[in-house]
Amino acid sequence: MALTIQIEKKLAEFTLDVSFAAGGEPLSILGPSGAGKSMLLRCIAGLEQPDRGRVALNDHVLFDSEQRIQVPARLRCIAMLFQHHALFPHRTVAENVAFGLPQLTAAERAARVASLIGRTHLAGLEQRYPRDLSGGEQQRAALARALAIEPEAMLLDEPLSALDTHLRSQMEAQLQQTFAAFRRPALLVTHNIEEAYRLSQELLVLSRGRVVASGPKQAILRRPPTLEVARLTGCKNFSRARAISENMVEALDWGCRLRVTQAIERAPAYVGIRAHMIEFLESSSTQTSGENVFPCRLVRTSETPFRITLFLRLQQTPDNSDEPHLQAEVFKEKWERFRNAPFPWHVRLAPNSLILLPE
Amino acid sequence: MDWSPLWISLATSITATAITLGAGLAAAAWRERRNGPAMALVDGLFLLPLVLPPTVVGFLLLLLFGRNGPLGKVLLKFDATVVFSWPATVIAAAVVAFPLMYLTARAALEQVDSEYLHAARTLGATEWRVFREVALPLAWPGVLAGMILSFARALGEFGATLMLAGDIPGKTETIPIAIYFAVEANEIQRAAAWCFVDIGISLTLLAGLYYWTHTQGPGRVRRARR
Repeated sequence: MALTIQIEKKLAEFTLDVSFAAGGEPLSILGPSGAGKSMLLRCIAGLEQPDRGRVALNDHVLFDSEQRIQVPARLRCIAMLFQHHALFPHRTVAENVAFGLPQLTAAERAARVASLIGRTHLAGLEQRYPRDLSGGEQQRAALARALAIEPEAMLLDEPLSALDTHLRSQMEAQLQQTFAAFRRPALLVTHNIEEAYRLSQELLVLSRGRVVASGPKQAILRRPPTLEVARLTGCKNFSRARAISENMVEALDWGCRLRVTQAIERAPAYVGIRAHMIEFLESSSTQTSGENVFPCRLVRTSETPFRITLFLRLQQTPDNSDEPHLQAEVFKEKWERFRNAPFPWHVRLAPNSLILLPE
Repeated sequence: MDWSPLWISLATSITATAITLGAGLAAAAWRERRNGPAMALVDGLFLLPLVLPPTVVGFLLLLLFGRNGPLGKVLLKFDATVVFSWPATVIAAAVVAFPLMYLTARAALEQVDSEYLHAARTLGATEWRVFREVALPLAWPGVLAGMILSFARALGEFGATLMLAGDIPGKTETIPIAIYFAVEANEIQRAAAWCFVDIGISLTLLAGLYYWTHTQGPGRVRRARR
């Protein structure tokens, strides 16, 4: 069970040039809008033709520019889920699900449709038209229609991004169930790192048509290979950096020296830290000085229901600027414990939380 | 009163509309998949009957279907002549009505979100099935509007019909031609009666079309898109 892809296609602003393989586990393709993610899926599905390269699924070559093979989309047996579900508005849910099954007898078709309606929790809605369904039901019906053809691979083009929060988590659960039973290549395109993290073990990060990182999700989040990948995977704090010894860097924008555990291989250009990795030392404790501990003050805050983002300015030498150096994210209960403490507060940028990034 | 012009007009317009429906859809579907400067010329050719004087269309059709014309010669081999026969009224009406069908069908097909067509292809549908079961049903309100416009245009055809089919009462005399020759013969009452019949049919069709598009017509399908 494998989908191997190596394609090149010239687009308006850059060239899509990627090669990777996907096995029987879902793979999330993460990237900003306009990175070429959708185009990549369309090339794999056969809806667009790459300029050069090769696409193969199991033992079948679907596209090969050198052998001039271009299998049409309808023969590829690759199902696709679209951002806006693309259910046929003039067909009922049952008729939509049955669309890909004209070769079955009426009885077989009815049985297949009933089974998929059950698996996607749409019982009772078979005779409704798509416009009479909620967003979540529409996307589940689209999933049922895609699974009906018993595809060899599945491509999901931001299937959750048109749903609101509550429906999104329901649909996520549905996809998790689906993937667990599917055990064939499934590519999930998304720009949401949390969605990607929850739905797959493997990540592939795409930027301007190129793969900038790929591998197990934990490894990519812990050691992003580039500044761009660090940003795309949600890292908020960066400073230009200069190595000063084997395990010390100077953070030029933050005005401090930091001990790091990550081996300094190449001269690092940036040092970064994720917002939730910044530790606050309560002023009652004695540890207000020490390794990678810095005094700071609060510049402003931004609240979400359960967490708060604190914009901090490090204060090696007191000044009046309100330009924050760091943003830290903490749960509100913790914030309640130190919000009234007098400045300076003390933060610790733990050596193994720091990310060193090349140019 | 001799009612034959009414029946001839209706039979001619219905047949011509059926022909333009097929030809217009085929041309629109064919044209939609192509692009390039040559296609501008194709579009121009398809739309020409809309702007040319009907006499020019009639003259060209005479050249084409006359005894020495390329199509006329072929038909002659089967012992058939088109000029001054009922099929000539249909041909003239179909040619002048074609651009309206082509324009509306193309606009309607272009409005169909290509995501639906993509989805159908990934589900294994052939291009023919994509067109027949997805594109056409979704474009149907627009196509139906095109049919009504084509029918109305066919019903009003005069110049090309007169040149190609002549005025043979009971055979090729449609309502517009009956009106012209009634006025020629100073039969003003007969001319006026046919005028009211013609206005009545056309107004009913056009008003019906507008009522339908503004109540449950194309808008409804478009709203249901997302």
